[in-house]
Amino acid sequence: MNSDKVTKGVLFSVSILILLLAAGMLYSLVGGSVPSFKAFGWQFIISGEWDPTYGREKYGALPFIVGTLITSFAALLISLPLSFSTSLFLGEYFRGTRVARILGILVDLLAGIPSIVYGLWGFYVLRPLMIDLGFGGQGFGIFTASLILAIMIIPYATSLSNEIISMVPNDLKEAAYSLGATRLEVITTVTIPAARSGIVAGYILSFGRALGETMAVTMLIGNTNQVPGSLFDTGNTMASVIANQFGEADGLKLSSLIAIGLLLFLMTGVINAIGKLIIKKMN
Amino acid sequence: MKTFLSLILVVVLFSACQNSAKKAGESEGSSVSLTAAGATFPLPYYNLVFKDYAKATGTQVTYGGIGSGGGIRSLKDKVVDFGATDAFLNDDQLAEMPAEVVHIPTCMGAVVIAYNLPGVNELKLSDSLLEKIFMGEITRWNDPALKSNNEGVTLPDLEIVFVHRSDGSGTTHIFSDYMSKVSEKWASQVGTGKSLKWPVGMGAKGNPGVAGTISQTEGAIGYIGSEFAFAQKIQTAKVQNSSGEYIEPSIESISVAAQGEIPADTRVMVTNSEFPTAYPISGFTWIILYKEQSYDGRSEALARATVEFLDWRVSEGAQAQAAKVNYAPLPDATVQKAKAILRSVTYNGEAILQE
Repeated sequence: MNSDKVTKGVLFSVSILILLLAAGMLYSLVGGSVPSFKAFGWQFIISGEWDPTYGREKYGALPFIVGTLITSFAALLISLPLSFSTSLFLGEYFRGTRVARILGILVDLLAGIPSIVYGLWGFYVLRPLMIDLGFGGQGFGIFTASLILAIMIIPYATSLSNEIISMVPNDLKEAAYSLGATRLEVITTVTIPAARSGIVAGYILSFGRALGETMAVTMLIGNTNQVPGSLFDTGNTMASVIANQFGEADGLKLSSLIAIGLLLFLMTGVINAIGKLIIKKMN
Repeated sequence: MKTFLSLILVVVLFSACQNSAKKAGESEGSSVSLTAAGATFPLPYYNLVFKDYAKATGTQVTYGGIGSGGGIRSLKDKVVDFGATDAFLNDDQLAEMPAEVVHIPTCMGAVVIAYNLPGVNELKLSDSLLEKIFMGEITRWNDPALKSNNEGVTLPDLEIVFVHRSDGSGTTHIFSDYMSKVSEKWASQVGTGKSLKWPVGMGAKGNPGVAGTISQTEGAIGYIGSEFAFAQKIQTAKVQNSSGEYIEPSIESISVAAQGEIPADTRVMVTNSEFPTAYPISGFTWIILYKEQSYDGRSEALARATVEFLDWRVSEGAQAQAAKVNYAPLPDATVQKAKAILRSVTYNGEAILQE
């Protein structure tokens, strides 16, 4: 047997294993959520009523779907200017300098901080700040959770965009300079168009991270199982309600939590697919 | 395909090894080890007595604090020797179990009302005030109803922020059971459970989460497990009991709550106790196990070790340790009931404990 065949075999079986894992996950999620969908049907997705009291149980996932989408989109919007300018700074303006290297390390460091630390920092520092600034009631809510999420996803978008931006061939940029383009013109007409699919991929990755973040969000969002009325209302997200309620859940409630897990799984899949589509269109 | 088959073979061999290792460990007898899982509320107390028991007898107990629901599920799946729960199994849940399950109460705890009001060192709450605060009918601390119940105390002009548990919890179960007993409005609109549809307020995770949020928020009020509140020396409100007395939660006033008549299977909530010195939001926590211990190829040694441990667990030596870690011991009458239940536990139909 030659080494090529062995390598091929190993790679093949490992990828099959991963496929099996994903399929197994989907299978158990679907299996576990059947009782809930049987009991509530479409109402499960469009109802905002979440009443776990024994005897009149009724579960609707709308508050959590809305909470997840709002916090993740808001986090993406807030992090966009920050991470985009940082990646331009690192990958274009100050590429290869000591400042850029130090800043790059710091940004990567942000990605390595455990989310419980972000949560505690948010609880003891960010929340009192929000109260002092006069944003809604007790400083808990959708907006505070979005802010902490934004900080958490900055390194993902920044690192990837930075890599892609610094990979844009120098020949292209030099050609533009020789035609008399200014630095800003080079960035807007050469660098960004050449790197845009990579940049978009970075933001999709960070959006996915925001969708699934649990601990820090739980500590700051206020955990009320209602559709939030404004950005400064308290709310809850899909990942957060699962983490909070799973330990003591049984019967229909357990099934409903699994169903929320399934919806989150599908939502992440759909968003990744949309992202891929956008990247494909751009090229 | 060959690779796949050999993979399966490896997995099978591996699990076979594990099985034989487990059986060997069981047959040694002297070093039987028990596995348990469930409620987090009694965890510090359980860990303390497990250590004592291992020292005295050599029997190790491994306990996973995965929550009462997890404890019930683990016993149902027969992956533990006994489970632990803060809420007794109702008749439907008992019927869902694969075999008859018995409850052994192990200690008592309570739910205390904590608050954060600058300059206020004593707060008295009647059941009607509790209803109004937690249903969202009173929204400010200087409300006339609160003031007239707390003469001599200057209540600030602050918004009332109710902090409840965001996770399912036995603490919430005891709290809501009490609220349902004293307030018809609560019973019909909110009800009893480990997690609820809250009329007002915001959620925080676990006792530390609720306590932390209260301590960081002026005007906050919430409920906390007594073991956590006592250990952290958290300021608590006096709650009016059914005799009209305002009672400070303490180890003694919690134990008093269970002095009345309790059913033989010990499945009872002792909230809103009739005793004049009882703290009204008190309750038991239980260990659950199968009445017939011969299942799934369990050895008699393992069954005996389980029941002997539990018998020791409810007896005086272990009960005396409770107050050290801020739990209330069982009243004697309850200990006798627990011992009687343990004597009904069998292996192949024969009682394991004699006498």
